[in-house]
Amino acid sequence: MLVLDNVHTYYGKSHILHGVSIEVRAGEVVGLLGRNGVGKSTTLKTVMGLVRPAEGHVTFEGREIGGMASHHVAHLGIAWVPEDRRIFKLLSVMENLRTGLDRAGVTDAKKKDLLDKVYASFPVLAERRGQAGGTLSGGEQQMLAIARAMMLEPKIILLDEPTEGLMPRMVSQIHEIIDVLHRDGVAILLVEQNVPLTLEASDRVYIMEKGVVRHHAPAADLRANHAVIHQYLGV
Amino acid sequence: MGLPLEQILIQTINGLVNGMILALVASGLTLIFGIMDVVNFAHGELVMLGAFTGATTIAITGNFWLALVAATLVIAMFGAILQISTLRPLIGRDPLTTILATFGISLVLQKYALWQWGPSARKLQEPITGQFSLFYLQYPWYRIATAVLSAAIIGALYLFLKYGKYGIWIRAAIQDRVMAQAMGIPVPLLHTAVFAIGAGMAAASGVLFGPLAGVTQTIGADFTIRAFIVVVVGGMGNLGGSILASIFISLLEAYASLIVSPAQAVIVSFVALILTLLFRPTGLFVPTPK
Amino acid sequence: MRFGGLTAVNNVSIAIERGEIRAIIGQNGAGKSTFFNCLTGVLRPTAGRIILNGEDIAGLPPNRVSHKGLARSYQITNILPGATVLENVRVAAQSRHHAWNMLRHRYSFPDLIDRSRAVLEAVGLRAEEEELAANLSHGAQRNLEIGIALATEPQLLCLDEPTAGMSVSETRSTVELVRRIAKDLTIVIVEHDMEVVMGLAQTITVLHYGEVLAEGTPAQIQANPRVQEVYLKT
Repeated sequence: MLVLDNVHTYYGKSHILHGVSIEVRAGEVVGLLGRNGVGKSTTLKTVMGLVRPAEGHVTFEGREIGGMASHHVAHLGIAWVPEDRRIFKLLSVMENLRTGLDRAGVTDAKKKDLLDKVYASFPVLAERRGQAGGTLSGGEQQMLAIARAMMLEPKIILLDEPTEGLMPRMVSQIHEIIDVLHRDGVAILLVEQNVPLTLEASDRVYIMEKGVVRHHAPAADLRANHAVIHQYLGV
Repeated sequence: MGLPLEQILIQTINGLVNGMILALVASGLTLIFGIMDVVNFAHGELVMLGAFTGATTIAITGNFWLALVAATLVIAMFGAILQISTLRPLIGRDPLTTILATFGISLVLQKYALWQWGPSARKLQEPITGQFSLFYLQYPWYRIATAVLSAAIIGALYLFLKYGKYGIWIRAAIQDRVMAQAMGIPVPLLHTAVFAIGAGMAAASGVLFGPLAGVTQTIGADFTIRAFIVVVVGGMGNLGGSILASIFISLLEAYASLIVSPAQAVIVSFVALILTLLFRPTGLFVPTPK
Repeated sequence: MRFGGLTAVNNVSIAIERGEIRAIIGQNGAGKSTFFNCLTGVLRPTAGRIILNGEDIAGLPPNRVSHKGLARSYQITNILPGATVLENVRVAAQSRHHAWNMLRHRYSFPDLIDRSRAVLEAVGLRAEEEELAANLSHGAQRNLEIGIALATEPQLLCLDEPTAGMSVSETRSTVELVRRIAKDLTIVIVEHDMEVVMGLAQTITVLHYGEVLAEGTPAQIQANPRVQEVYLKT
């Protein structure tokens, strides 16, 4: 469904992605592991149209999307949950959700339906629906960022380090949310540094180093293969 | 020196009236800056064009209110075309480029107005004649009407931003343009829409201002300067702040003109600008950043 | 180092020997950049001292810190794109000698030119000395950045992610460069690339949530279970 083929991306002169090839099939959870600075976030940003690939192709459902403006990418069914969450701090929780809800072709009944579903999955957001986004705690903001992406009814969610800076209890909540999305048939490209979570939640895992994919295996295989994990992620 | 209370009260009302008209101009400017980081040096010329368009419409139809609506719509559309043709291609370039572009546009618009309407001043006939007794003065009803009307327009804008679907889009794009676009919000379209709204509001204030003084092609500069002072003092991109700052600055000038001539009173606005930049550069009416 | 309510660097004590190559590593948010910025005078620490050659330099601005013998390179390349490679380095070298001389032509200081050429030799850019800095490849620009720092004749050279955005081959050549220049210098390097860190550092300090988690030789760090835990489980 989503295919990156030999993608090269630059920030100015800095060559961040040196030919990344990744595939996510419909309904799959694919993990993307790697140390800081290897280009994981840049990979997601390239898919989302926030940076234009200098070489290579990004295709979604057969259609070339490399360099497409990000609002068009979102309309195609790709949602982005960035590393720093990027909640609209001065908008209320409800208004944050509405930025994804107020789309063309969504009936009022559907909107209510989506909201009810999300408030059921995230009761804390229901409680705080009138509060400004900036007053939420880190974990709550992460929930809101994911809920907001869900409002787009996406086919795939690009999740960038959702557990960064969160307490262990919240990490397992994130795991549950990923499982729920998986059950609903939403594909996920999960960028993470938390190895156990990624190995448990993903079907397949790519490992990146210095702007390229170095290893690719089903998650089950990697759970047993500590040597590879140590090599690319450890010290 | 004791100033008679009546004079102070009269100047307070004058300050409020002028403040509301200025607020109409400044709120458009601050929204434009907030959403697309464009410093629109041609904003005052949009006021001026609105006034001239209003004058022409009155000359044809004799109806002030029709002129107000017509000028607002025509200049809003003109603003949209202007943004699409000259400003959209400049997005992402160094800010100096847009400053030069809008400055150039202001010069072009001034010359155009001179060519189109000639050098002599137009006066618009006020729609509401009559005055009421305010202390020792006869105070024109029209002045009160402009303040009320401006407040109504700004109020409508505020409600639109707060509760309307597109209002939420605009507020989101002002806070985080990139994230808003990643949520599927058509940010480039919003830029054009906000520019059009700002232009329309500027035109409306031009028409409202018309009967209060003559309309020539040079009135724009004064508005641009004052609007910028307001935007800085009120906080860039902050609608509420620009309204408060407009009133604040206009009151300051009104009180100052009790002591010095009105032409010199504008100095206090600059003093306010400089003090704001020195001590609270994010704006006087903005909550202290945490 | 406290920012409002956030303590980014908490009670970090590090001692670096003359001639050492020290690497500072840690996950995102561990406080590496903040610590580095305190060290190089970009930030003024809220508490604590930074003692260089017996003198407390905490809170000194970067230009004064440079005169005390500490030079740094930046994560986002900070060269002068419109000037030649030689010029970039000469400007830095002049900060040390003839700094205030505005009257003589810039090329009338042969000692400066010689010094600059020697630096370019050390960073492998002597052949490109007349090239405009903007035309260099990314890796060469990063090396020029190191050269500029070197030209100020530092005793302590601080490198901030010097191999960011480089290909594997560029990275390897930068590692060799640093090894070459390390002979007369003390070097502190912040990096994410483990190959670089393990290959260059004599001692490694691991930061975690603003505190020192562990310190030791590369072998010791690799064998340290707490460090592995941090890197693999975050």
